[in-house]
Amino acid sequence: MSTKVGERALPPGRARRPSASEPESQKKRGVRAGTRQQGIATPWLFLTPYLLLFGSFVILPAVLGVWISFHSWDYTLPNKPFVGLDNYVALFSPGSTVFGPFWGSMRATGIFTVLSVPLLLIVPLAVALLMSKKFPGRDFLRAIYFAPYVLGVAVISVLWRYLLDNNIGLVNHYLGLLGLPDDTAWTTTTPAAWVALVGVTVWWTLGFNAVIYLAGLQDIPTELYEAARVDGAGPWMQFLHVTIPGLKPILSFITIITLLASANMFGQSYLMTQGGPGRETRTAIYQIADTGLRNFQMGSAAAMSYVLTVFLMAISAFVFYIFREKQPRKLKKEARS
Amino acid sequence: MSNFTATVRAASRARRARRRSGNITRVVVLGAIAIAFISPIIFMIVTSLKTRADATAIPPSWIPDPISLQAFASILAPGTATPVLQWFANSMVAAALNATLVVITASLAAYPLARMQFRGKNFVFVIIVATLLVPPVILVIPNYLIVSELGWLNSLVAIIVPTAASAFGVFFMRQFFVGLPVELEEAARLDGANRFVIFTQVVLPLAKPALATLALLAFLGNWNDFLWPVYVLFSPEVQTLPAGLSTLQSANAVRYDLLMAGAVVASVPVLALFIFLQRFIIEGVSRSGVKG
Repeated sequence: MSTKVGERALPPGRARRPSASEPESQKKRGVRAGTRQQGIATPWLFLTPYLLLFGSFVILPAVLGVWISFHSWDYTLPNKPFVGLDNYVALFSPGSTVFGPFWGSMRATGIFTVLSVPLLLIVPLAVALLMSKKFPGRDFLRAIYFAPYVLGVAVISVLWRYLLDNNIGLVNHYLGLLGLPDDTAWTTTTPAAWVALVGVTVWWTLGFNAVIYLAGLQDIPTELYEAARVDGAGPWMQFLHVTIPGLKPILSFITIITLLASANMFGQSYLMTQGGPGRETRTAIYQIADTGLRNFQMGSAAAMSYVLTVFLMAISAFVFYIFREKQPRKLKKEARS
Repeated sequence: MSNFTATVRAASRARRARRRSGNITRVVVLGAIAIAFISPIIFMIVTSLKTRADATAIPPSWIPDPISLQAFASILAPGTATPVLQWFANSMVAAALNATLVVITASLAAYPLARMQFRGKNFVFVIIVATLLVPPVILVIPNYLIVSELGWLNSLVAIIVPTAASAFGVFFMRQFFVGLPVELEEAARLDGANRFVIFTQVVLPLAKPALATLALLAFLGNWNDFLWPVYVLFSPEVQTLPAGLSTLQSANAVRYDLLMAGAVVASVPVLALFIFLQRFIIEGVSRSGVKG
């Protein structure tokens, strides 16, 4: 797309126009233009507005969070005594009050991630493969699959809590018509709640992943498939030896973003199950937000968020490692450019 | 010879026929999935047009009988504890301003990272991209304190400004700028234009599709953001729609007519944007993956 735009929108006059309005002094400096130099301050002037935001709301909080986690930081109390690693120690001490709720929530996040990520990697790939060839109505179908994603987590959760209502919900009604049990309490019992949370999430984000896969599939040169066919490869062999290797960079990207999205699940559980039954579907993010921003135990919540982050970083690094090892040279070249 | 061409022709006809029947199963499967995907959204709209009793009737029906605007009338009425109209305005303002901030700051920052040579460039870029992998959760607690220090708690500014530091935006715009042919900018430089003039007069006009895509994605992201508004906004009149939906749900647990009307109000602008600007949104998402 980018190159097409570049070619299309380049009337020759366009480039010259700015120079007409430039003062003479600027023109003299233009001699240096060919060497691609500019004032030392110029790039930083461009960067300033963004770096101001980035520094204040990304870098500063990332550092401040560590500071908070070393204190018994209650937002509502004037004294926030330094406690060193106590907040972290408590998270790893089975006797402490935070141990059970925190690891319970980590477990919930783990369950959700393990159940949802494979589905969100495989089902959208299958859909994308079915859509990879042109046919009438393809763009329309693609739009429909993507539509739930634009609705946002609040809308889809409120909607599905209604559809999954055990008495009057559409889902149980249709299950009953099919002769299946029609009284499943989708949002108040496990394992049904996990099925509901995972199913709704797949419905919500399938289109997002499918669209990324689809773009990746279209980037695989058709000659590779032709060559494979000439060599006598059937559809399955073509998939294994052309599609999968061709999709490798995309696969690692989708795996990482899907893992992170699933591990950060919050809204579905907050609105559909309220973390219940009991605390069973209360995810780590839910626990952290509630500990820090409802009960204002910010030191403990910050410590929890770093423990969760270490887990996520380790998993991301592992995924990178898996996908990187197979083609070390090609990836290195891409990284340099 | 003619026998041979006949065989070839027959074979290719058979192949075409097979392909056509493959196409039909493909369309049937994909069509069935599409129905499963769109029907919940349709049912949401249908229910929002039902009366209170009709919304919880068994069996559930796909046609409101009678078609009623009661639910909308009651949630949009002024002076309630759940001012949906106010939430709508809040969400609009927040998402529009946030998208504007993102587009301006991200494109400005991306340009030198794509086109200029300077000390510290790689460091800045690597730091920005690295934060894409940082789970946003570690920022929530400290950002709450920062926002509280700035006096922005319980105010829309808290929804507009902090999330405008979009690392994705910088990454996305940089990729786009790198892909533009450099000759035009060089020509403008030889003509004596300074970097800022080149950026605003040459580069930005070429980047319109990318800017539109980024603006759309930022708008959607801000419009749908949930966790942050839920905890940072507490008065009913300052909430955004997603946070408000949560309030509406706890106030009307089984008034599904009201909840679906609220959900429809929260969906109309994003669905409208999606229907009309679908290409930009989908291409933006898919491009982020290809280049990632």
